Amino acid sequence: MMQQQLAGDVLALSDVTVVDISTGIPGSFCSKLLADFGADVIKVEPPQGDPTRSLGPFPGDVPHPEKSGLFLHLNTNKRGVTLDPSSPSGQVLLRRLVGNADLLIESFGPGKMTDWGLGYEELAKVNPRLVVLSISNCGQWGPYKDFKLSELTLYALGGTLHHTGIPEREPVKMALTVIQFQMGQVAAIAAMAGVMVSKWQGVGQYIDFSLFEAQAGTIDRGGINILTSAYNNRQPAIVRAGPDSFRTIQPGGVYPCADGYVQITSGRPEWFKRMLKTLRREDLLLEERYQPFPDCLYRADLKDEIDALVFEWTLQHTKRECQELAQANEWPITAVSTMEDLFTDPHFRGRNYFVPISHPIAGEFEYPGPPALPAETPWKPGRAPLLGEHNQEIYCTQLGYSLEDLGRMREQGVI
Amino acid sequence: MSALPLPLKGLRVIDMTVVWAGPFATVLLGDMGAELVRVESLQYVDVNTRGQAMVPPAMLTGQGGQSYPNRDPGPRPWNRYSQFNQTGRNKKSFTVDLTKPKGREIFFRLVQQSDVFIENNAADVIENLNITYDVLSKVNPNLIMMSLPAFGRTGPYKHFKAYGVIMEAVIGHTWLRTYPDSDPTSTTASFMADAAGGASAVFAILSALYHRIKTGHGQHIDMSQSENVTHYLSQALMDYSMNGRVQETMGNRDPSRAPQGVYPCAGEDMWVAISCGSDLEFRCLCRAMGRPELADDPRFRDSTSRYKNQDELDPEIMVWTLDKDHYEVFHTLQQAGVTAGPVLTTPEVFDDPHLLSRGFWETIIHPEAGTHVFPGPIIEMAKTPLHIWGRQPLLGEHNEYVYKDLLGYSDAEFQQLVSEDYIGDTYIVARERQQVQPSLDA
Repeated sequence: MMQQQLAGDVLALSDVTVVDISTGIPGSFCSKLLADFGADVIKVEPPQGDPTRSLGPFPGDVPHPEKSGLFLHLNTNKRGVTLDPSSPSGQVLLRRLVGNADLLIESFGPGKMTDWGLGYEELAKVNPRLVVLSISNCGQWGPYKDFKLSELTLYALGGTLHHTGIPEREPVKMALTVIQFQMGQVAAIAAMAGVMVSKWQGVGQYIDFSLFEAQAGTIDRGGINILTSAYNNRQPAIVRAGPDSFRTIQPGGVYPCADGYVQITSGRPEWFKRMLKTLRREDLLLEERYQPFPDCLYRADLKDEIDALVFEWTLQHTKRECQELAQANEWPITAVSTMEDLFTDPHFRGRNYFVPISHPIAGEFEYPGPPALPAETPWKPGRAPLLGEHNQEIYCTQLGYSLEDLGRMREQGVI
Repeated sequence: MSALPLPLKGLRVIDMTVVWAGPFATVLLGDMGAELVRVESLQYVDVNTRGQAMVPPAMLTGQGGQSYPNRDPGPRPWNRYSQFNQTGRNKKSFTVDLTKPKGREIFFRLVQQSDVFIENNAADVIENLNITYDVLSKVNPNLIMMSLPAFGRTGPYKHFKAYGVIMEAVIGHTWLRTYPDSDPTSTTASFMADAAGGASAVFAILSALYHRIKTGHGQHIDMSQSENVTHYLSQALMDYSMNGRVQETMGNRDPSRAPQGVYPCAGEDMWVAISCGSDLEFRCLCRAMGRPELADDPRFRDSTSRYKNQDELDPEIMVWTLDKDHYEVFHTLQQAGVTAGPVLTTPEVFDDPHLLSRGFWETIIHPEAGTHVFPGPIIEMAKTPLHIWGRQPLLGEHNEYVYKDLLGYSDAEFQQLVSEDYIGDTYIVARERQQVQPSLDA
């Protein structure tokens, strides 16, 4: 008990109050990151619930608003209230909520909050130190401001989708909704930057966070290619070239092995030597066609010979064996894991990465753990709120509404 | 209204980052106003960060040659390398040899005057150089040190060598992102984990800075980049956790958004992405295509049926997109209320009217790499507007500033350090090769 109390005292963001009325992954992941490091995040849902509650996975594949795996993961450590921002009473409630908050996160799209009398200028009158983080598809202004986007179309616009996949086929996206998670992680930086200016300089402000720009400006492969293209008369930096696109004669890409696949990385010239050591073929470097090193790495005629050696070797070993043998020589290879592999991986298990979190309705499951481990200000496990779970605690205890008020608002469909 | 100081104005960050993840983190810190001082070395050429000191001629004709402006590495290739220059803005560079006692002393003097030290080297690099947090916190107790190795600083994979693509394989991303009718060997490496690691590190640093303002306490932050990025696979991860199910790739499809896919358009290798988020959107799509009857087809009644029968639906959409420009399809569908986006090629991203109208691009004039546009800061703050205020540093460009202005070395000491190869602007391997070259020709 005592220890828990002490741990609670050193949560990095324990004095940060956030009102998150956003829907979708970027805003929710952003406020989850804040909440897991101690911020008091009030998740505001419409009376019928955040649409994410209807998205799977669900235990036993039975949909239930309190059992969405995605919702439960995205909303850990938050307190939950409901209000309808389109109703006048809901607007009053939201103004009261942000009166004491440091940050409001919203994602209704350009103009919506202003239509409801909840625009930045209005809210700044209530709380001049408030930071409003507006997350939208393409920003609050500009020709695409009202356009609809999704994971796939966002990645398409950002410029990276075009060169992902193999040349004979259509481009293929990243898995699931990873780009939206990435956007949420960047949005958390925007949130912190705003909160720091607010706390240190005493000034709140408006932050216009455009998912399109955050995607186009991210330094992933697409970001690097933007400059590579600029450096070469804006020619395409890369064509969709399959797994081979980043390599010399050094193997690179996904290779089949005895029980699945391994990922091999092409990179530093000395990795080639480490590969030969792993394959016990260091003798090759003495042969004339491999002279001089590393220039030989660019000789296309040697590629098939090397690939044949690598295939022969990978096919003789399991993915974990390949990984162990190669990494013992500092040759970067890893197993291509399935979720089962990941959950049973000795490294992730050894670090106790997955944390069990129990939830009164959904039950206890393992969740992904801390994204980072600050030595002094820990990450805390916690569960997602039930729909409207903290209505009474927040509206009555904190904001001073009576139980009768609460009942009336519930009848009117405001909460 | 005059702008307020930037969020991180007055903070100094020592940047010993490599490749993409760490440099992306320090780009974000620099955009927010922190002073970034890169630690570089004349003795060690990090080919994944600065490119090669001497570029093999054979490389220039291949894919790798495009990393240099007009495929020309120039006399100092490390100052013209696109991967460094895309992540180099708003940073300073100084050189030091950390393997020598005098180099350590120089570094410690910089640590004393800095707020944050960030590095994403292999876990053993910092241990071998003996500049761990235990050592550095004695030099500067308020220091925040951020380490983001691939797999963290403990555990069986602590010493694994890895890029972003390697981490993505281990956490299950590679398995989940290929064509549904193919296997994981058939897609391009993604490197999404690098951007994820960089962003996560910055959030962790900002939280630690926030804590330090309140308490005065610095701290060490250990981050496993691969652990961080598991969060991104939420649905598959929670499905395994809840149901023990191993999800397979869905390619471009999504059961809650059907149809969703990439369809060919007019022109070579041109595509449009379409993603119907509701029955209404599907109805709008059918109307926009001039095929309203499809919306009433029982095979396509709801998202579940459309997902199940998408193979039958796709040709109908493809026939409509095939002879149209992808921007035209994009605008037609957006106006009809359908989620769509052109699959932009890299050159098209530069010319996109929306990004242009918002002033997204900023121009950087670089003395050795030329004048080019760059994606600007990605956070639009109304009162503390971020922008690119400094170009990418040449190797060792800020040696005078760091040694003399910050650390107080005299001119004589500075010259001595030049002669001892602590300070310089050319890698030793390149200098030696250049010296040897003429005699070979002769």
